[in-house]
Amino acid sequence: MLKTLYDKLWDSHVVRTEEDGTGLIYIDRHLVHEVTSPQAYEGLKLANRLPWRVDSIVATADHNTPTTDWDKGIEDPISKLQVDTLDQNIKEYGSKAYFPFLDPRQGIVHVIGPEQGATLPGMTVVCGDSHTSTHGALACLAHGIGTSEVEHVLATQCLVQKKMKNMLVRVEGELHPWVSAKDIALALIGKIGTAGGTGYAIEFAGSAIEALSVEGRMTLCNMAIEAGARAGMIAVDQTTIDYLRGRPFAPDGDLWDEAVTYWRTLTSDSGAIFDSVVTLDGVDLNPQVTWGTSPEMVLDIDGRIPDPDEEKDASKKESIEQALEYMGLKPNTRLKDIKIDKVFIGSCTNSRIEDMRIAANVVKGRRVASNVQLAMVVPGSGLVKAQAEKEGLDKIFMAAGFEWRQPGCSMCLAMNNDRLEAGERCASTSNRNFEGRQGAGGRTHLLSPAMAASAAISGTFSDVRNLVAN
Amino acid sequence: MEIFSLKKGLVAPLDRANVDTDAIIPKQFLKSIKRSGFGVNLFDAWRFLDVGEPGVPIESRKINPNFILNEARYRGAQILLSRKNFGCGSSREHAPWALADYGFSAVIAPSFGEIFFNNSLKNGLLPIVLPEPDVDVLFRDVFDVPGFELVVDLEEQRVGTVDGSRMYDFDIDPFRKHCLLNGLDDIGLTLQHVDEIKQFEMQHQLNQPWLFS
Repeated sequence: MLKTLYDKLWDSHVVRTEEDGTGLIYIDRHLVHEVTSPQAYEGLKLANRLPWRVDSIVATADHNTPTTDWDKGIEDPISKLQVDTLDQNIKEYGSKAYFPFLDPRQGIVHVIGPEQGATLPGMTVVCGDSHTSTHGALACLAHGIGTSEVEHVLATQCLVQKKMKNMLVRVEGELHPWVSAKDIALALIGKIGTAGGTGYAIEFAGSAIEALSVEGRMTLCNMAIEAGARAGMIAVDQTTIDYLRGRPFAPDGDLWDEAVTYWRTLTSDSGAIFDSVVTLDGVDLNPQVTWGTSPEMVLDIDGRIPDPDEEKDASKKESIEQALEYMGLKPNTRLKDIKIDKVFIGSCTNSRIEDMRIAANVVKGRRVASNVQLAMVVPGSGLVKAQAEKEGLDKIFMAAGFEWRQPGCSMCLAMNNDRLEAGERCASTSNRNFEGRQGAGGRTHLLSPAMAASAAISGTFSDVRNLVAN
Repeated sequence: MEIFSLKKGLVAPLDRANVDTDAIIPKQFLKSIKRSGFGVNLFDAWRFLDVGEPGVPIESRKINPNFILNEARYRGAQILLSRKNFGCGSSREHAPWALADYGFSAVIAPSFGEIFFNNSLKNGLLPIVLPEPDVDVLFRDVFDVPGFELVVDLEEQRVGTVDGSRMYDFDIDPFRKHCLLNGLDDIGLTLQHVDEIKQFEMQHQLNQPWLFS
């Protein structure tokens, strides 16, 4: 029988199947962070259980950690208690690797997993975090779980699951040089909606996907959850293999060769059947910017804010009206006429070295517009930060008027001190523009690193292709 | 998990699509290392006019009189009625914890975010999927009829009006239903298969030794 990549990943991890099709699935890699794990460890302790396989656990503190003044530690006592609790739990129960606050390799869990070679093709990867889909870029079955499931994986190394349906998203054609994986993700969500992928595992394929770097693929898979799909994935190719070679936790020697031979089988069989197929044209794709409070509320940079009076569907009309009110926008306004207050370049979506490079490339020799009160770059990990500094990118950003911060989740969800004030408008490379996501009353517009950099320079949303041409 | 015991409950309407888990329980309350106490901050940014911070007593908060759940007629509601894609976004299990802690035992919507859906079932909160036209009718009912209640029969997988004039069937995974009705947690059930897991693990290690190095 012809199999999709997802079918292969599923089949190779089924411990047992119930009569109704429910599977017990073995988990290879369990990524742990401080926010969604304390109650799971507490449950484990209360039931007098131990983790099934300690060497499957890779942990870090990322959500609560500050991005400034690291010498002062974590000043918020509630945040500190949560991070200390993770420290204690890892100390007590153990892990394969732990990158605590202040460790040079610490960072956003979805940046450091691949960076360390701790997520590998063919693995099942889970984390108490919806953006675990990121790791599917390496042909893993990777998805977010809740805290009860974190405890379940700790105790049993397994998850009870129903198999998802298969969706193929095919993107063909060469992207414009300043159009990126982020634009593909946003355009896809605009097309199928935030529930379009619900119940599916999405495989991304096509020439535009093959041409993406592994980092670009991570950006795309990261946002599968914003299309409703718990898991996104991309088949193994030479790009995948090249990315993994030499990473700290990747195999080496004979084991590497053996692994590579297996990994090369991790592609959908030609002719395998998908339950749903969506196609996007890469050639004509323009830079995308969200305007509302759901990632599906997205426009080409040349677009205008929608007019609810032109929407016939009553519930959609109401959603548009609610979003316009929250976002402080008027119908038919051009995106390019909207002024911004802050810029955030970071998050598990866009904080890797290539993101830093492309944004630095845009701002080099330019200045952040005077109406922008804060433009900040938050690298995804200590190693990304070190690499960027080695390349002099920090100096480029600072010369342009950006702040160059310590790694962490930062203003993607504002659990630390980095946040928007009520009414502030932010050009953000993160993944969610929900109400209050970046701070109560804050207004988030999602876009790519190149477009965020362009917005910082223009002071309004602008087409990076025009900016760099001048 | 406690046994799912709801038979009949007052319905509260939340007439919005795509209610995300950030809205259900904002991030500042996720710093807690406990499983309980999230109900006071359910829908915090909508329920209150001031910005909520952990530990601030509810008596000192500014209630938003325009938020529907603050209306007296919905006090004590056990069933939340909402629109499509309820619970989308972040995987935070704090969302069902907050809904259950506030007093909800069931949420009815045309569709749910998948992780939220799973998390709810593990916390005795029943997510009920009904077709959009039926949800439309229920919204009309709840707005028109003060004190509008629905009866829930999980065993028979039906929800309906108290007078029985309208009944709606819903689907639920048989395993999840069994767990809800008997208050069972997954872990104990999975650990009945310890030998199979160990056997799988040994074979998996032979097949892909690099995963265990």
